[in-house]
Amino acid sequence: MTIAPQSPTEVAPSDLVTVSVDGIEVRVPKGMLVIRVAELMGIEIPRFCDHPLLDPVAACRACLIEIEGQAKPQPACAISVTDGMIVRTQRTSLMADAAQEGVMEFLLLNHPLDCPVCDKGGECPLQNQAMTTGRPTSRFEEEKRTFEKPINVSAQILLDRERCVSCARCTRFADQIAGDPMLELLERGAAQQVGIAPDQPFDSYFSGNTIQICPVGALTSSLYRFRARPFDLVSTPTTCEHCASGCSLRTDVRRGVITRRLAWDDPEVNEEWNCDKGRFAFIYTHEGRIASPLVRENGELRPASWPEALDVAARGLAAARGRAGVLTGGRLTREDAYAYAKFARVAMGTGDIDFRSRVASDEEAQFLASSVAGMPLGPTYADLDRAPVVLLVGLEPEDESPIIFLRLRRAAQKKGVRIVSLSPVRTRGIDKMDAQWWACQPGGEAIALRHILGGEKAADTLAALRQPGAVILVGERMAGVPGALSAAAELASSTGARLGWVPRRAGERGALDAGALAGLLPGGRPADDPRAREEVAAVWGVEPSSLPPGGRPGRSLVDAILGDASRVERDEARLIDALLVAGVEVADHEGAEDLRRALDKVPFVVTLTTHHNEVTDIADVVFPVAVVAEKAGSFTDWEGRNKPFSAAIHGAQSVADGRVLAMIADAMDVSFGSGEVVALRAELDRLGRWTGARVAAPTVAPSDASGTVALATWRLLLDAGALQEGEPHLAATARPTEALMGADTARALGLAQASAVVISTDKGSIKLPVRIADVVDGAVWVPMSSEGSRLLSIGARHGSAVRVTGGTA
Amino acid sequence: MTPLTPIITAHWDVPDYFTLEGYRRHGGYVALPKALGMDPDAIIGTVKDTGLRGRGGAGFPTGLKWSFVPQNDGKPHYLVVNADESEPGACKDVPIMIANPHALVEGVIISSYAIRANHAFIYIRGEVPQAIRRVATAVREAEQAGLVGDNILGSGFSLRITVHSGAGAYICGEETALLDSLEGYRGQPRLKPPFPATHGLYAVPTVVNNVETITNIPWIINNGVEWFRQFGTEKSPGFKVFSISGHVARPGIYEAPLGITMRELLDYAGGVVGGDGTVKFWIPGGSSVPMLTADHLDTPMTYEAMAEAGTMLGTGTPMVFNNTVSVVKAVTRWLEFYKHESCGKCTPCREGTYWITGVLERFEHGHGTDADMDLLVEVCGNIAGRSFCALGDAAATPYPGALKYFRDEFEAATRTPVDEVFPPAASYVFGEVAAR
Amino acid sequence: MSYDEGVMAQMRDIIGRYPNSRSAVMPLLHLAQSIDDEVTPEGMRVIADELGLTTAEVTAVATFYTMYKRRPVGKHHIGVCTNTLCALLGGDAVYDAVSERLGAGHNEKDVDGTFWLERIECQAACTHAPVMTVDWEFMDCQTPRSAVDIIDRLARGEEVVSTRGPVIRDFQATEHTLAFPVDGLAGEGGEADSIMLAGLTVARELGMKAPTPGEGSA
Repeated sequence: MTIAPQSPTEVAPSDLVTVSVDGIEVRVPKGMLVIRVAELMGIEIPRFCDHPLLDPVAACRACLIEIEGQAKPQPACAISVTDGMIVRTQRTSLMADAAQEGVMEFLLLNHPLDCPVCDKGGECPLQNQAMTTGRPTSRFEEEKRTFEKPINVSAQILLDRERCVSCARCTRFADQIAGDPMLELLERGAAQQVGIAPDQPFDSYFSGNTIQICPVGALTSSLYRFRARPFDLVSTPTTCEHCASGCSLRTDVRRGVITRRLAWDDPEVNEEWNCDKGRFAFIYTHEGRIASPLVRENGELRPASWPEALDVAARGLAAARGRAGVLTGGRLTREDAYAYAKFARVAMGTGDIDFRSRVASDEEAQFLASSVAGMPLGPTYADLDRAPVVLLVGLEPEDESPIIFLRLRRAAQKKGVRIVSLSPVRTRGIDKMDAQWWACQPGGEAIALRHILGGEKAADTLAALRQPGAVILVGERMAGVPGALSAAAELASSTGARLGWVPRRAGERGALDAGALAGLLPGGRPADDPRAREEVAAVWGVEPSSLPPGGRPGRSLVDAILGDASRVERDEARLIDALLVAGVEVADHEGAEDLRRALDKVPFVVTLTTHHNEVTDIADVVFPVAVVAEKAGSFTDWEGRNKPFSAAIHGAQSVADGRVLAMIADAMDVSFGSGEVVALRAELDRLGRWTGARVAAPTVAPSDASGTVALATWRLLLDAGALQEGEPHLAATARPTEALMGADTARALGLAQASAVVISTDKGSIKLPVRIADVVDGAVWVPMSSEGSRLLSIGARHGSAVRVTGGTA
Repeated sequence: MTPLTPIITAHWDVPDYFTLEGYRRHGGYVALPKALGMDPDAIIGTVKDTGLRGRGGAGFPTGLKWSFVPQNDGKPHYLVVNADESEPGACKDVPIMIANPHALVEGVIISSYAIRANHAFIYIRGEVPQAIRRVATAVREAEQAGLVGDNILGSGFSLRITVHSGAGAYICGEETALLDSLEGYRGQPRLKPPFPATHGLYAVPTVVNNVETITNIPWIINNGVEWFRQFGTEKSPGFKVFSISGHVARPGIYEAPLGITMRELLDYAGGVVGGDGTVKFWIPGGSSVPMLTADHLDTPMTYEAMAEAGTMLGTGTPMVFNNTVSVVKAVTRWLEFYKHESCGKCTPCREGTYWITGVLERFEHGHGTDADMDLLVEVCGNIAGRSFCALGDAAATPYPGALKYFRDEFEAATRTPVDEVFPPAASYVFGEVAAR
Repeated sequence: MSYDEGVMAQMRDIIGRYPNSRSAVMPLLHLAQSIDDEVTPEGMRVIADELGLTTAEVTAVATFYTMYKRRPVGKHHIGVCTNTLCALLGGDAVYDAVSERLGAGHNEKDVDGTFWLERIECQAACTHAPVMTVDWEFMDCQTPRSAVDIIDRLARGEEVVSTRGPVIRDFQATEHTLAFPVDGLAGEGGEADSIMLAGLTVARELGMKAPTPGEGSA
């Protein structure tokens, strides 16, 4: 249960009041709700509509208690304590006990006897409270009101209206917390029911939370319905592996298979919520897994034993020592990313390692090295609550970090935090955060930021940023806009605002901190700094001189691989003769087509991955590794907060990346350590943060935004991502794959009446339905990686120039 | 014998009294310029001194309610007139709106001025288009005459009036549910505190008053505190528009000082018709207050006397029934009403009205049981005082009252359908259908 | 589905009456019902778009109130009050007679779909019991015969006048009045009928007047 942020220990004594509950006196903060006071004391008053994170409504009347001086029982969820208040709950008051029993009888009146077939059975607040508070038998002899059941309120969420007790937790959540009032109470009286408008399913990114807070089995998920009983499940607190929000989850496993995931408590991070992707996208863990190591022979992959595969891998990587690279991707745990970072340096003799399987740049690498890697915690979610202003630069929180979105929405509504979003599209998310939309050309973010710095525009925003506590959040797509990260860093340093970098994937910050980037060693240490190298070498038990140089400055590993094709044609030596690749999708990189061909030409490729993909298509050795649920580890969220977790699936036959690398190192006769999570974590703790000098922030000048039509894009929360495979109900709730264009732009292009458009580059084209929306002039927005809209495959990214023509639908 | 005192109704026989012209010819819009020349706080003080109590049923002192509005807070204030008259038995506000809409409008202007509201709303239940068109047209006439709008009569005070049509929900007569309905939400009541005086319509200070209450204001301004207080009693000063309905010879609107008795009113109304000419039971003010019998005909119709008699004055719209009527059927219909109108927000009312109605319908058909009779007492007890708003309390009222005085009828209904014991046709006010 | 520009202008006019646009949802639903003879999902969507709400939010309001119908009502809405007082005083018989005449029950229509019959709640006209409404206009003091007669006359297209209102038009016209209440008909229906004047009549007969200031009690 999430307790309100203010706990008694933080409150000055003068703000405490004395309250007596069931004869026991306590001192609690003034204004605390009676029901919360009782909870602190271990006294549970029954409740249904009450929820600590929702505004009280006192609708269910289950929490009626006696307050001395009041003739009628009062709802504990809606009464704030005052000094000297005397409360008697059902434990000491006949009035309260009778009232609660009466209400419980009413609650069960029209409730169907569905327990034997209801998902909630065994973990149901109505069952539990009926047992403690209700009558043993029913006196109701009339006919219960019935509804056709279940009905879909979305592809994922099913509703059994008969079970509903009209607590309105779901509708209040949808409206207040998520800002998606597509779920509403309809009709009146005993016919009152939760429902939707027929043409508007409850496709909120946060819809799954309603299932969790529903105190009965009225809301269930298509994914979990009828699958398991709570006592069949082994539950483990875990951390979400999808985005960088850092949600705590509870993963429920039955017979080695994840059956469902719930949002779990972390008052500092996700409170008690998560998003639908985190909740429902886990089918990948048990479908399509590679079962054994594979070795390529005569062009074909064939199963091999571990010793054989390790031997082949060790020999191949050793032969390319110093001319190799490591692609880790952004999905590794912090410990596994560290294992790759160490393996690259000590076993492969290379500093060419990159975790960014997405649009990236050297400017970004310098920015991360100067301002993010190894930095202490912050800005944090709590900082967002307190900020006078939060400036979002190239970040769409609802899609890219849903928990930041929820936090900002609440901060705007309840704490008056001002939010400004520099974005090409005025999204619903912007409106739901009451944010000011600062329309900006895609690719023009750097220029816009320079304008603020120069005082030419948004003087009030600049002034607000100078106030203590101001926060700037910059999204990962700014890596693709030259000058944007430089300008953001300068804006932060000149105003004193705290700068937060928000990547899209759970493992990116941890990988950065672990040194999985050329030019960086673990802890944010510059790879060419002598003291840094000494510190690292000491922990690794090697000579500092044996550590490879930082990595060829000024170009990325992917560029090197791509460039090797022309090097070979010019009869020059390849730069990269061997690659170690973790779970990475080729399609996520710029120039994916070229990369695919280039990877095929890399003489030796070893991949550690869970599912077949385009890398296994060309790899020489494939090692199956554990999914996140099968291993212990930790993720570092965008704040820099470490969230450790243990394995949810016990006794799995799979091995974590760190262990596999340790085994390969062993086969290469390289001293590496056991590769166990405990050991890797201990090394990371020993290494700690870098406290020495850092590289300077980049100072790249902005380039002009591209002409013709500029492409704006980001990845929708629910799209064609690999980890979302296998869950069609979730996929059906995704936002439509459509292009968005402003009315003036459409008119200028002669597309005012078009129902579909074709977006073209030199490399290809995509046809999509189009909708007129609030998009800055001269731009079109398209989802980056949805079915039918894979922009990287046509060489387009945020800020690219594209041609837009009409298409027939 | 307490005299009748036609005041609000004094000119209802003037054919065009509902027009601006007609109203003006009979003393209308004299109070308005007088009020605009007074200090708003002085008006509030005057209304306070009269002791006028809200005529919507709760009887809360009007001047006191007005004084709760924080002044000089820099926020907009609103006056909202509760014209959602839907209580079974209540029919005084609708006739006032049909016959005397301008008195309401004049009252609205003066009251808004007093509480510093520049926008007033009149929320009229949707099922009475004649009342809606009369009031809306009166507002339009007043606008055209410069009595509503900018800088009224050069006073510097400006007022907009919006007439809002409801759409069929008795619960919207509850003031906070009315505010939610007016804001464009489902008409469900709100948590109090905060109270509408500080957080009302759109979360700013709002006064919600009944039609009849506001209609009193022009006369109070014109005639003063002493004049007003000569009517009624110390605790229930003033006069009342009573609507008398049921088995009486001359049902209709009767205006008299508070304190008049039902016996006197019955006398004016020509006495009981049908049956044996006696009162079997009567209800002083709408189905939400406990019923009384012939034993209570001499109880003064005041807030305090009715409370002492174990009921409430409520809307002051008595319904009278003769001895041909089945109390079981009467109560069953009222509970069907409450079940239909329950907003559904809170468990006791939503489920309880469903339950009680189901059981009573069995009684109506002769299938009640003794256990049911006690059960219903308990169920009503579990609703009263436990529900979110007074609709629950109201729903829990008819049965216990009926059981107290007519237990034998419920006992009979465990054996015999009520229509057999009380042939319906005997109660009809027309003779077309012969009593079976 | 969309409404023509004239209707949209009417909608904006209604929205302009309120400081906060959401307040307009109820009269907008009456307006939609006046055009479509019911509240349709498409109508609710147009209203939602106009007010910046989700369709579900408008649906939540539309389904809360009894007057918004979700099937076409037909030409005339016939309401018979069967709440306690009217029912006991003869409303039940009036309802039965009308129901038989129309061949329809509660919230049902006659076979032609012209008349919608509904048991309605207290119409604040208890003094005029038994109360019937036609398109929500008062038809006070009904008997089974008179009620059926009204139906017959309406069915024949004859003029029927409300007892305390204008000539009966049709359901959609009344809905339009609820959206735009200054409909030019306020002059119809008379000042007050004999029932509303009952007390005044008695007072006059008995020579009773309310004292004016300074007069003291009568």
